[in-house]
Amino acid sequence: MTAVLDTDGLGKRYRRRWALTDCTLKIPAGRVVGLVGPNGAGKSTLLNLAVGLITPTCGRIDVLGTLPARGSAELGRVGFVAQDTPTYSGLSVADHLRMGARLNPGWDRQFAEDRIAQLGLDPAQRAGKLSGGERAQLALTVAVAKRPELLVLDEPVARLDPLARREFLQSLMEVVADQGVSVVLSSHLVADLERVCDHLIILVASRVRLTGDVDQLLATHHLLTGPRRDTDRLPADLHVVQESHTDRQSTLLVRTEAPILDPAWTVGQISLEDLVLAYMSQARAGASNNGHRRLTGVPR
Amino acid sequence: MIEFHLDTRSGLPPYRQIVDQVRRALRLGLLEEGDQLPTVKDVVGQLAINPNTVLKAYKELEHAGLVTPRPGVGTFVTATLRDASVAAHGPLRRELLRWFAKARRAGLDEESIEALFRDTFRASAEQDIA
Repeated sequence: MTAVLDTDGLGKRYRRRWALTDCTLKIPAGRVVGLVGPNGAGKSTLLNLAVGLITPTCGRIDVLGTLPARGSAELGRVGFVAQDTPTYSGLSVADHLRMGARLNPGWDRQFAEDRIAQLGLDPAQRAGKLSGGERAQLALTVAVAKRPELLVLDEPVARLDPLARREFLQSLMEVVADQGVSVVLSSHLVADLERVCDHLIILVASRVRLTGDVDQLLATHHLLTGPRRDTDRLPADLHVVQESHTDRQSTLLVRTEAPILDPAWTVGQISLEDLVLAYMSQARAGASNNGHRRLTGVPR
Repeated sequence: MIEFHLDTRSGLPPYRQIVDQVRRALRLGLLEEGDQLPTVKDVVGQLAINPNTVLKAYKELEHAGLVTPRPGVGTFVTATLRDASVAAHGPLRRELLRWFAKARRAGLDEESIEALFRDTFRASAEQDIA
């Protein structure tokens, strides 16, 4: 099956600053991919490259097997909701649907009208008068009604209240169940991502720190606690992501394909949120350590 | 039809929680043979979770021989976990309640009662095996 997103050594530079460096990814179709990382890590840059709004400085990017936004056919295969779910505040809800129908050859009018009715939106209402949650739902409707194979969402729920956020994600998951569309969405809200995503990309300081299927990531990361131990004397296939020591005890977050057999360790599971935070803080520690990389075994 | 709920603090993965909730409903007689499980779209629309999570849960229930998917229609219960002992639950529960009351009167706090119960339960289970 063609990967929805396939990049190799992808990089983007704005003047002298690299917003994205050496990004190599292969995301299979049918996934809901969560893209996480601190502000300024390069999340929006990666998403904007994927939808063809900007062009790479170096490297290669293929979306659904071709160059992003190469022509109108490619544009129709990708739906995009930019940061803060923008709509045209002067246009009515119905205007948005009319515009969508004009601009997209594969427009599903029935779907769009049904969804607007289901959401209880007044077609005559101007988008500027809608609540944040309603605006986000309208933007999602327009992006989905073009029947894309890939849906790209840049922090779609960041500004929504908890109820509107939950409703938005419910709608999104219904679309995924119904149409089998692949999704890439960025968010700071790891608890949300834990519910909806089955694949994860952690981006820190313009680099991909971790990527993989969530189940696989959780199964290969373990929290070990035991008597104090020097991490240099651990088995070679054990990659230490994070470590802390007291005078008696060591606590390690490790990544390994092999089972932990050493009886000295108490083996615990780690939540997705803790996993994300560990990789994010690891990168920060690495950066403040005068470039000395404490990262070991960063998987690609 | 039953409705699922997620306990995000339980530490159990969501698919496991769905499997457990179906099994519990089967055991309690809330679900019986021929009943339909909620569709994947209904579940994800309600819980805002990934559809693959629901599919994984339903597949595991199918492997356990408890449900069968009918393509284009839905997933249906094909077995029950309810056993004949259900009738005995009432009297046993009453006896347990009396025992709990006795334990409290003897000055045991909740934690001690639970510990004693678990410990005795485990010991008796081990005896049965031996």
